[in-house]
Amino acid sequence: MQSNDFLINAARFLILLFIQVIFLNNINLFGYINPYLYILFIMVYPFTGNQSLLIVLAFVLGLSIDIFSDSGGAHAAAAVFIAFVRPAILKFSFGVSYEYNTIKISKTAMGERLTYIAIMVLIHHLVLFSMEIFNFKHILLILKSTLFSGVFSSVLILCTILIFSRKN
Amino acid sequence: MQQIVFFFIRNKNSLLFLLLFIISIALTVNSHSFHKNKVATSANAVSGGIYSFKQNILDYINLKEQNNILIDENKRLRQMLSFVTDSIQLDSTQPPHELLKFKYRAARVINNSFSKSKNYLTLNKGRKDGIKVDMGVVSSRGVVGIVNSVSENYATVQSVLNTKSQINAQLKNTDHFGTLVWRTGSPFEATLIDIPRQVVLTAGDTIITDGKSTIFPEGILVGSIKDFTLSSNKDYYDVSVSLFNDMTNLRHVYVIENTEKDEIISLENALDNAE
Repeated sequence: MQSNDFLINAARFLILLFIQVIFLNNINLFGYINPYLYILFIMVYPFTGNQSLLIVLAFVLGLSIDIFSDSGGAHAAAAVFIAFVRPAILKFSFGVSYEYNTIKISKTAMGERLTYIAIMVLIHHLVLFSMEIFNFKHILLILKSTLFSGVFSSVLILCTILIFSRKN
Repeated sequence: MQQIVFFFIRNKNSLLFLLLFIISIALTVNSHSFHKNKVATSANAVSGGIYSFKQNILDYINLKEQNNILIDENKRLRQMLSFVTDSIQLDSTQPPHELLKFKYRAARVINNSFSKSKNYLTLNKGRKDGIKVDMGVVSSRGVVGIVNSVSENYATVQSVLNTKSQINAQLKNTDHFGTLVWRTGSPFEATLIDIPRQVVLTAGDTIITDGKSTIFPEGILVGSIKDFTLSSNKDYYDVSVSLFNDMTNLRHVYVIENTEKDEIISLENALDNAE
């Protein structure tokens, strides 16, 4: 069970990284909208898993994306941030009892799942675009990018979860 | 002592988060400052290798269009050459000194971004091929950017579409010069600033690079004037320039080396030190 979990997470890490840098970074819908699917890794990481490990993994994942897209440390900062605040968001979205049940994201109610995805995506994108643009004169651009990319990412993440949960 | 150890164990997640978050912010700040973007770039063996693998496959998709671009360039160059041979005899064994001043190297774009506020390209040539930091990069249609980091086999280029980029440019007709910057937004437009108010501008005028920087030779095409307004202090124009280059569709580019660059820079530094 342990090694199985490890393999699944490692595969998920690499696959999401490559899909992100090879395909999704080049979509540029309406000129500047790209979805960020890779945060799915942080979202579906086992709810009872080691939190410190998740923070480190999120950093490595974010930094890898940064290296591919020449964005300094913007993705790393955003990924580490949502990995750190994830327990609070889990508690907010699924209620206090989430810790005692080893629930999977594919088995949760639709409304709760949507809340969870939307909050995680919005926080991630807000940190990401603030770091990437790094200029408060462009605050409107930051908010606009967060909103449009956020909707696109949320839809893509939700679809991915739906597609891959049907098998179980 | 035990208290301190317990404190670290209890707060290990927060401390770990703070450490990694601060590292990320430091990397971000580093990438936003001038001439310092050398920590984590896509000019490394792993990402460069993956990007060239991707590009090798994608190359087939618009082969026809890229061929047409190259044919157009060849046609233009041949036409220019026919003018030259009319007036001066070209001696192929001993090229004139002026031609040797700038060395051109061909490279292929293996990754390109244009949707962010700081955009970069990755090229498939690196230190091994003689590429160095601060060399100019042009395509057949005009200015592309400036090399900002190199590894053994790859190089990254700070695109014109980068809020950090500042390129010297001038009006083709009047020789008045200014600085070409990009203020985010459309990848087809940039802004030329510092053009004095007394200059007469017309929409459609051509903008070219000026030879004052050591990076680009004089006369490389940049774009044409689309629109102009006086800037807030009323002394200079803000000229919006539509770029000749389609920055969203770049495949073959040339890296330009100025062989006299070291000499010019050491002379200028000597002058600065003397003051």
